[in-house]
Amino acid sequence: MYLIQLGIGLSCFWLLLSGFWSNTLLLLLGLVSTLLSLYISWRIRRQYRLFSDWSLILRFPAYLRWLLVEVYKANIAVVKNIWFPKDYPISPTVKRLPMSQKSKLGKTIYANSITLTPGTVSFDFKDDGVLVHAIVEEAVVELQDGEMDQRVSKLEQVK
Amino acid sequence: MVPDLLTWIFLLAGSVLGITGAWGLMTFPDFYSRVHAASITDTLCAACFIFGLVFQAGWSLVTIKLLIVLTLLWITSPTSSHALVRAAYRAGLRAMTHGNKHSGGGRS
Repeated sequence: MYLIQLGIGLSCFWLLLSGFWSNTLLLLLGLVSTLLSLYISWRIRRQYRLFSDWSLILRFPAYLRWLLVEVYKANIAVVKNIWFPKDYPISPTVKRLPMSQKSKLGKTIYANSITLTPGTVSFDFKDDGVLVHAIVEEAVVELQDGEMDQRVSKLEQVK
Repeated sequence: MVPDLLTWIFLLAGSVLGITGAWGLMTFPDFYSRVHAASITDTLCAACFIFGLVFQAGWSLVTIKLLIVLTLLWITSPTSSHALVRAAYRAGLRAMTHGNKHSGGGRS
């Protein structure tokens, strides 16, 4: 069932991106690449079941909008650190942060969001927590407040 | 006229951010902090370039493709920097941290 949904999705995606709907060779190549992607994702899914809830996609845009603003703010902060090291000195910090997400996907989204935001990088997982390296101490404090953590938990909504 | 102007603004902002990222990459003291400088280049800098190009493309299929490129970039670039930092951490490169400024750089 999952593979059928994914197959339809991938085919539509390919048709949308290619724009050539009448050339047999190109359509065949599209079919081959779709099947290849299906095979790879089937193999990954056998090992590591990550994704099961399609409703997450509907909740995702709102989170993305919030994340965009956060990324923008973090960018400005790091740019200041680069150009004015005297006024905005760096204070690298390593800290373990707890994660409240239940699913693998939620944890992945959280860790990826941390890494996407400049100034903080997640680099290891230990005892249900994530190890974070931050370029300024305040960035870690802000993450500890847990707004991003809560937003991701709300996003995943495991029953 | 207005779209061209917006393109100019976004592309210039993207260039400035790219140069900033490169400068930070050279001036920051240790490996881990340099990763942060590089992450400017692949988040906001890339976004600025893509948005600048979107204003040139107008409402067409190209716009959607550009936004898909940006989304993929934003998913894959944290993954790669996570892999990079994790590899350094596993190999035993210690982070220079606030407080003990001279512990960084060497292998533990």
